[in-house]
Amino acid sequence: MNLHISWGIARRSLMLIPRQPSTFFPSLMMPVFLTISFAGAFSGIVMLTGFPAAKAIDWFVPMTALQGAAFAGITTGMGTARDMENGFYDRFLLSPAPRMALLLGPLIAAVLRAFIPLAILLLLALVGGANFRDGWLGVGTLVIAGLGFALAAGAWAVGLALRFKTQQIVPLMQSGTFLIVFLSTAQMPLELLGGWLHAVARVNPMTYILELARQGFLGQVAWSTTWPGLLALAGLVGVLGTFAVRGMQKVTP
Amino acid sequence: MTALAQYLALSRRAVLNTLRQPTSVVPSLMFPLMFLALTSAAFDRSTALPGFPRVDSFLQFVVSTTIVQGALFGSIGAGSDMASDIEGGFFDRLVASPVARTSILVGRLMGSVAFGFTQAWVFFVIASIFGLEVEGGFIAMVLITLVAGVLAGGIGSISVAFALRTGSSEAVRGSFPLLFSLLFLSSAFFPRNLMNGWFRTAADLNPLSHMIEGLRTQVIDGLDLASFGVALAIAAGILVVGTSFAGLALRGRLAAQHL
Repeated sequence: MNLHISWGIARRSLMLIPRQPSTFFPSLMMPVFLTISFAGAFSGIVMLTGFPAAKAIDWFVPMTALQGAAFAGITTGMGTARDMENGFYDRFLLSPAPRMALLLGPLIAAVLRAFIPLAILLLLALVGGANFRDGWLGVGTLVIAGLGFALAAGAWAVGLALRFKTQQIVPLMQSGTFLIVFLSTAQMPLELLGGWLHAVARVNPMTYILELARQGFLGQVAWSTTWPGLLALAGLVGVLGTFAVRGMQKVTP
Repeated sequence: MTALAQYLALSRRAVLNTLRQPTSVVPSLMFPLMFLALTSAAFDRSTALPGFPRVDSFLQFVVSTTIVQGALFGSIGAGSDMASDIEGGFFDRLVASPVARTSILVGRLMGSVAFGFTQAWVFFVIASIFGLEVEGGFIAMVLITLVAGVLAGGIGSISVAFALRTGSSEAVRGSFPLLFSLLFLSSAFFPRNLMNGWFRTAADLNPLSHMIEGLRTQVIDGLDLASFGVALAIAAGILVVGTSFAGLALRGRLAAQHL
């Protein structure tokens, strides 16, 4: 595989950030807004017996950081959909570049773009008085979870773009990631969830990815809460990566 | 054609336009319902918090929010459709015809009011299937859906004003996050007495908090005309401000086109 081709495509996607900030700005603003509103509106939730965080921001900021990372992945999928719609992608397909290099480009961009919302959300957590209980180690596990989730969301969005070849598919890209996040322990810990949501959240890989991301804000980072998250991330990236690869096979003449 | 017939014809067109575009109806129905399902399942235990109003379930607490949310999101469609009319040239044909200028606005707004009112009933029916009990009974439901209709007209008129100013459906749809923010910076999802700091102050100052609480009282405590009056007054205030803006925006666009 020619990595320089992938890097060239990734660079093209990254250059759109300063050139078309309007396409990237919402993906930054939304998680910032979600952090402020969740941490503010549900500030009283920490008084609930069994709630594991001292402050609402400790609980919600890792979730919104992952949302921000997912938006970064979706933005690259939106770029692919735009290229498919206006015919630019046909030029990629007519070139002798390996197909996997074409696919890898936007996924690299998704991961690199995710650093921006992650950095902004961590800054917001600092300003908002979040407890970084395990310091840099906790930040590290959040960043790993965020980058992995950006990769998964990017694969999902690019896979959809390759199949549907239109920007009209963007709402499905967004709602897919929104649903996987909110059908987990995004809002409440598993022990405090009841009924159908408890059953869904228990088998949702996102619950374990959130546990990986949150552990440094709620206590000490431990291997017992790290490996299930890493395994869930690997599974999610594997499944959605295969979805994207199949999508690429469908558009290959 | 009499003025009344013009109003009715353009209102009918607005309603049909909405019904024929599932892409505009489905999200404003599905998004609040999805939020209702997720929040009522996730935060059900929070009703045990000291200071939380006495409710049967979080569903009972949050259903008024869902109705307001639907009215807010659904009525953006009025502005979006107006902008599409401008982009597609239908607006120019309409102003070139001898129809009353006010019917252009009233037609659109009646579409929003009808949609907001009907949608609120859909939410009540679905929530009732999942165990919702409205303490104020059928009369409270009628009053709440009435406020939803007025609010939808108010927000619809603001989005129509925005469409007349910008002439762009993309710009109108871009106002969605603003409404989303306003809703979240209120007591829509959690009681104000359980908030603190600047967020509590923002929620105290946000008229949506007082409107939603006025509606919520009908659901969780029973029929209360004073609270209903507050909710209706806020929705009517938004309608008056919105229609004034829309009227000015229409006059500005017509003046710019020398009509």
